Amino acid sequence: MSYEKRFDNRKFDETRKIEAKAGVIKRADGSGYFKIGNTEAYAAVYGPRNLFPKFMQDPQKGILRVRYNMMPFSGAGERVRPGTSRRSKEISFVTENALLPALNLEDFPNAVVDVFIELPQTDAGTRAAGICAASIALADAGLNMKGLVSAIALGRVGDKIVVDLDKKEEDFPEEEGGVADLPIAMLPEKDMITLLQMDGFLKEEELEEALTKAKEVLLKINEIQKQALKEKIKREAEE
Amino acid sequence: MVYDMKKNVKRYYEKNLRLDGRKKDEIRELKIQYSVSKNAEGSAKVQLGETTVYAGVKMSIETPYDDTPDQGNLMVNAELTPMGNPEFEMGPPSDWAIEISRVVDRTIREGKAVDLKKLCIEEGEKVWSVMIDIVPINDAGNLLDAASIAALAALKDAKFPVINDGKIDYKNHDKKLELENKPLLITVYKIADELVIDPDYEEEEGIQARISIGLLEDGTLCSLQKGGEEPFTKEEIMKAIKIAKETAKKYRKVLEQ
Repeated sequence: MSYEKRFDNRKFDETRKIEAKAGVIKRADGSGYFKIGNTEAYAAVYGPRNLFPKFMQDPQKGILRVRYNMMPFSGAGERVRPGTSRRSKEISFVTENALLPALNLEDFPNAVVDVFIELPQTDAGTRAAGICAASIALADAGLNMKGLVSAIALGRVGDKIVVDLDKKEEDFPEEEGGVADLPIAMLPEKDMITLLQMDGFLKEEELEEALTKAKEVLLKINEIQKQALKEKIKREAEE
Repeated sequence: MVYDMKKNVKRYYEKNLRLDGRKKDEIRELKIQYSVSKNAEGSAKVQLGETTVYAGVKMSIETPYDDTPDQGNLMVNAELTPMGNPEFEMGPPSDWAIEISRVVDRTIREGKAVDLKKLCIEEGEKVWSVMIDIVPINDAGNLLDAASIAALAALKDAKFPVINDGKIDYKNHDKKLELENKPLLITVYKIADELVIDPDYEEEEGIQARISIGLLEDGTLCSLQKGGEEPFTKEEIMKAIKIAKETAKKYRKVLEQ
């Protein structure tokens, strides 16, 4: 079966509306906000700060710690129980790995950089939105970075490779071809893929098509993230 | 608060001035946005100065407790995620998170914001359970008041999901959740031996004691909680209640808009 037209009339390679901001959480050393469609992520960065317990410290390099969390009322359906779950733990550490290639951990030996991601509202693509917000937050905290990490969920819906699936597409019926979900994060300017996950059936050539499309989209998202940081600097200069 | 700082704050207060230029009885700007989370049955984002708090309501169907077969359940929970304050830590809820949860919970529940009997679907079998979760994303002081405003605002925004064949259809909502009362929690802080409201986080470092006062629209008290290490006199408490009533009017003005 073929998926001819997207439920919300977008083009197959078109993302939902994106909004990005830097410096949204005043208490944090750096912060970012990323909204894509109805998925909304905040990220706050604290550090580099002292790492305790002391035996965890590494005199050669610092560590990055990420915590991804959905607010209890943010999910479709039932309340998400507060605290960590298998899902949130996994997303936290794949996010960590997605961000690490952008950082120079040698810059802050013995210290830790904490990244906290909170989602008040979700409609698919939450880990990607979290990574985009976290990347803005790290740059806003003044950390030396090789680039901004950008992320998006692609996938196959029916017979089409689609950019930025929403919840309705994620639930595309099995009888009509089902779905493959493919979140991906990159340093797009450096051609570095820093997160890649997939579930569902996907052919080799479909993966190749998706990876090609991903880079195009992520270069655009990268610009939006940069713009958010520039706007914050402009805002501060005006104050 | 270091001694010099305390002396300075006291000098300011004597001139009816705060570190940020406000008067002692002045609140920071209060902003409320409703329906900020579309998957929640009701939600709100509250900004009190730079303090920013999200609150959301989720409902589910449960079996009632044996001793109250005709009543639904309502519970308030505060999650102090480490995002909002460099001192908040990951892990199980801290004493502070539990205090906020419990005090706001008492205010909403004992203030009879919701008639639990109206949450009954089928006596002894099925009732609505209403969970209010509060998540501060930036703690710039006075979380207690901000949490209480956010909880009430989210309740005001809440609608019941539709029941189809005994199952909840979370995509569709119909009836509004009716509020019997609108209880609010107002906290009066003793800082530099003076009673002030709505401190920012710098002022909070010097808190000697605080009293949180739950108030209905007509001024009836519905909850009390004294916090902080130092004691209060009876006079101070009665004065704090007067201050709280005046402050409630300011919060309500924005809530009623």
